Amino acid sequence: MIPVNDGSLWWGGSSFVELLNMVRSGGGSAPVAGLSGGMDASRQYSGGTPGSAPVWHGTTVLAMTFRSGVIMAADRQASEGYQVADRAIQKIFPVDRVSAVAIAGAAGPAIEMSRLFRVEIEHYEKLEGVALSLLGKANKLGQMVREHLPLALQGLVVVPLYAGFDDRTGQGRIFKYDAAGGRYEEDEYHANGSGGLFARNVLKMLYHPGMEEAEGILISLRALYEAADDDLGTGGPDFVRGIFPLVYVIDAEGVREIPAEEVARTLKGIGESLRRRVPS
Amino acid sequence: MTMPFYVSPEQFLQDKAEYAKKGISRGRSIAVLEVVEGILLVADNPSHALHKISEIYDRVAFAGVGKYSEFENLRKAGIRYADLKGFMYSREDVTGRSLANAYSELLGNSFSQDMKPMEVEIILADLGSGDRPNEIYRISFDGSIFDESLVSVVGGRSEQLKTFLKDRVRPGVTLKEGLGLVRSGFMEQNDNGHLVMNIEAAVLERSTDGRCFRRLLPEEVGRLLATDQ
Repeated sequence: MIPVNDGSLWWGGSSFVELLNMVRSGGGSAPVAGLSGGMDASRQYSGGTPGSAPVWHGTTVLAMTFRSGVIMAADRQASEGYQVADRAIQKIFPVDRVSAVAIAGAAGPAIEMSRLFRVEIEHYEKLEGVALSLLGKANKLGQMVREHLPLALQGLVVVPLYAGFDDRTGQGRIFKYDAAGGRYEEDEYHANGSGGLFARNVLKMLYHPGMEEAEGILISLRALYEAADDDLGTGGPDFVRGIFPLVYVIDAEGVREIPAEEVARTLKGIGESLRRRVPS
Repeated sequence: MTMPFYVSPEQFLQDKAEYAKKGISRGRSIAVLEVVEGILLVADNPSHALHKISEIYDRVAFAGVGKYSEFENLRKAGIRYADLKGFMYSREDVTGRSLANAYSELLGNSFSQDMKPMEVEIILADLGSGDRPNEIYRISFDGSIFDESLVSVVGGRSEQLKTFLKDRVRPGVTLKEGLGLVRSGFMEQNDNGHLVMNIEAAVLERSTDGRCFRRLLPEEVGRLLATDQ
């Protein structure tokens, strides 16, 4: 299944996506340009008309910079039309030591894209002996989104949000994408997905540059809380099942996940402060 | 009328083996040790940029001696093999054993089919997890494969270094002690003595999740060796 000595492993490239395409197209020859492994246009989506297809969608993800890095947070719900498909999916994936990708849109291709992206980045680093720059990784992800465009046009839109700590500038950086692969850098914050608008509005009110980590986490969770409040697709904190949003902090120390207990505590605090405002 | 030379297959293979062995012993050595913290890989390597030790996958490391271009190609082939397998199946399905078999096949074919055999010898270290023990494979230029434990040495005057280390390395040796022993071994091998800066070292760390391979920076190697006296 995996050829070792048919020549395909001896070509000089450092891209895993191209290697994968070469192996899938029969091996040996030069890599096929313009196809992204696992997501090429020749694999037509035939699940019915877009919209009615039983496809899972991820909903709200966000990223914001703080004093020493960047915070990413996402709710846990996947929806299928108006139904809940999964209450506890993961939408943020650490890519390497300094960055993570959050996905919104069609869950299947989005998860495959982030998996492929992670291997692509690691593959390059191992072969070349040095990691790509953060901007290089962001551009690579843009190409992968661009190559997904044929499927996006059929309704399977994938829009990642990429954030990381840039060793060269010493700061957190955020990159957002459109379905055509456009890459746009965001200095402060961004939120994607069906509840993205509500989350962005909260961030717009509460964000200020140079804030500390604790405040950043509080504001991120507040934004997700409001998104879940107003958007059908976004899952709120589930104190019955103990399912809470995922929060990642990325700084010079690396990528770390905030423990669920801490997230629950912060959300409880948000709940308390909101309850006091409601006249009894 | 000229007759084509007849060379018996035995003679032909023997010549090739001797050619390869000569190329390999000309270089410097690499030692791989099982230590408490995981698996330590140490190379006598004057270059900081051209590595002899590197990461293949989460728990698998590679060390090669001989001709740089050849073991560098083998290293890259291993990374491609492992990343493809890990992506198509799952990360835990990439094992040192299957990689070692693939390398053995590759080197064996090259030895019997190519005019010039590869002048390389490699070590593949797979860090155990849970109940699974460490696996260390030494693969020779002709594809023969040796399952080793505790100590494995390739390149240079490898027999001499191996004897030196086998006499001294015991199970339960720490990374720091292991590094010191290998350095003494290198010095013993070479009368000129060695600078600390000539040592390239890396470790597969048991305490880490995911990618366990970590390169020891020259300062760290210096620090570990300095307090060894």
